[in-house]
Amino acid sequence: MLREGELRIPSGCAISGIIDKKGKKFNGKEIIKSIALMHDRSNGLGGGFAAYGIYPNYKDFYALHIFYENLSIKAQTEDYIKKHFDIEKAESIPTRYTPNIINVPLIWRYFVHPRINVCLSEENFMDESEFTSRCVIKINTDYKGAYVFSSGKNMGTFKGVGYPEDIGEFFMLDTYEAHMWTAHGRFPTNTPGWWGGAHPFTILNWSVVHNGEISSYDANRRFVEMYGYKCTLKTDTEVITYLFDMLVRKHNLPIEKAIRVVSAPFWDDIDREKSEEVRSELKSIRAVYASALVNGPFSIILGFEKGMIALNDRIKLRSLVAAEKNNRTYVASEESAIKIICDNPEKVWSPKSGEAVIVLMEGEQE
Amino acid sequence: MQVFQIFVYIVNKIIVYQVIKIMKVIDALNVYYSDLNSLVDNLIETDNNVTLKNVFGQRYIGRGLPKKVKLKIYGIPGNDMAAYMDGAEIEVFGNSQDAIGNTMNYGTIIIHGNCGDTLGYAMRGGEIYVEGNVGYRVGIHMKEYKEMKPVIVIGGRAGDFLGEYMAGGAIILLGLNLAKNEDIIGKFCGIGMHGGVIYLNGTPDKYRFGKEIAKSVNITSEDILFLRKHIDFYKKTFNNQLNNLKVESFSKYVALNKNPYSNMYCTY
Repeated sequence: MLREGELRIPSGCAISGIIDKKGKKFNGKEIIKSIALMHDRSNGLGGGFAAYGIYPNYKDFYALHIFYENLSIKAQTEDYIKKHFDIEKAESIPTRYTPNIINVPLIWRYFVHPRINVCLSEENFMDESEFTSRCVIKINTDYKGAYVFSSGKNMGTFKGVGYPEDIGEFFMLDTYEAHMWTAHGRFPTNTPGWWGGAHPFTILNWSVVHNGEISSYDANRRFVEMYGYKCTLKTDTEVITYLFDMLVRKHNLPIEKAIRVVSAPFWDDIDREKSEEVRSELKSIRAVYASALVNGPFSIILGFEKGMIALNDRIKLRSLVAAEKNNRTYVASEESAIKIICDNPEKVWSPKSGEAVIVLMEGEQE
Repeated sequence: MQVFQIFVYIVNKIIVYQVIKIMKVIDALNVYYSDLNSLVDNLIETDNNVTLKNVFGQRYIGRGLPKKVKLKIYGIPGNDMAAYMDGAEIEVFGNSQDAIGNTMNYGTIIIHGNCGDTLGYAMRGGEIYVEGNVGYRVGIHMKEYKEMKPVIVIGGRAGDFLGEYMAGGAIILLGLNLAKNEDIIGKFCGIGMHGGVIYLNGTPDKYRFGKEIAKSVNITSEDILFLRKHIDFYKKTFNNQLNNLKVESFSKYVALNKNPYSNMYCTY
């Protein structure tokens, strides 16, 4: 056995994201090349991608991507889906043989529309997105061996156990066209490497890739669980996804404020703030959403239908670099992972701690 | 532009390069970091000048490199460049990433660009010159011992936690090309500091500093000489006249106490 000092695993998670704000689409090769450059930040126990704009022919349907451990749980889950949704199309997600990707579950996708009468009858009236998110949480909580890992419209997540470049190859991402891609290479620290535990974590159109650890996980988890979410995935990142879904979709906070909630300024920074109005607003945010403050080292890339957000923790304990060229914005854990796919960017910068890089699709308001 | 003649031949299945001229050039594109670093190790046995081109994020370049070696790097070297470096000279034409000069012992690093976080992490000797800005936690835990005094010179500004837990050596910040709303340092400068010196061009607000660091009133002629020497090297290296820079406008920051927590675990 190799002793300490004789073996080194130089890991630390990798994230990368590309967005074209004019909506011009490009295939998955570039993001694979970017995340593959940071191969050694992950250790083969998780890789994944989120792609926005990939299902234009089914853009009005929720695209449920599901892992099944066996055929019997697939049958049970499909029964549940049929009761709650009209299924426009069901198919197994195309994959190609990739030697390093093993122990593959059954991987299916369903383009579905919520059944209005069920929306209305169960409990009180819910809108479609709330209904869909509750169904997703229900499957992930109660259907052991089935796991919905993507549930947005005109977007999809592709993830699994392996290095990200192998996962990209496996899911044939070179055959998808998206206007926004995010990617993750995983080095799990406290929790097992399993297919559902790979990043991105998604609910509806939200996806999160994350490098770091959330020390405030339990406080955050208890908070979102009061609002009907269930953390079922044995990892800390999923709670960030639910926080943003809750703050923006349910509580109608503007994105800017949601960012201030999870990455709140220090009290003495608030005290130094000159405008009384801003000061009292920041104080209210910290008071109302004390349990939604995400503490610990993190850099995340958040994808949603309006665009992409990259964010660091308040004292920048994880690296993050951004660059711009033409209509595209790039973010990654390392500058080299941007430069390998983007010659001579017009601007390269390291975002400051707690300051988000927000890129909205043209025509979108915050 | 130098012209190279390269002969490549194979002896017992091993590829041998023979390069006529002084410098050897490696195209690092798509070369895995450990292969690249062992190639450099092999080359420096016979040649002191090595150039790497198309570097994209390969880690540990120049780790432990001894004296007399000169390494030129085009592209973006990866994290932990020059870790434990022991006397070599590295010049980077481009930006650098994180933890450059980690626990470096002797030698010089020159970066024609910006640099990421934790530059000079636990640095023990040698000098680092960065033309532009640097990230967070630069000079964290750098230290000195007798004649070994590490120095970091930064042309632009630094992020938060500059000189965190600093125990020795010197950091010089020139604060060039600051935008209107930009400050030369972030917050928490010198937090946990118990040795060494930080020279800043100007006097930032007090709230930006940790409790363990204070402005020194005592700027000696030795300080001025020290600053001049390093600023001159910066001028020459980056071909920048620095006409508006005045040594007199620098302020000096030192640790309040060499052993601030001695009573924390063991009180008498």
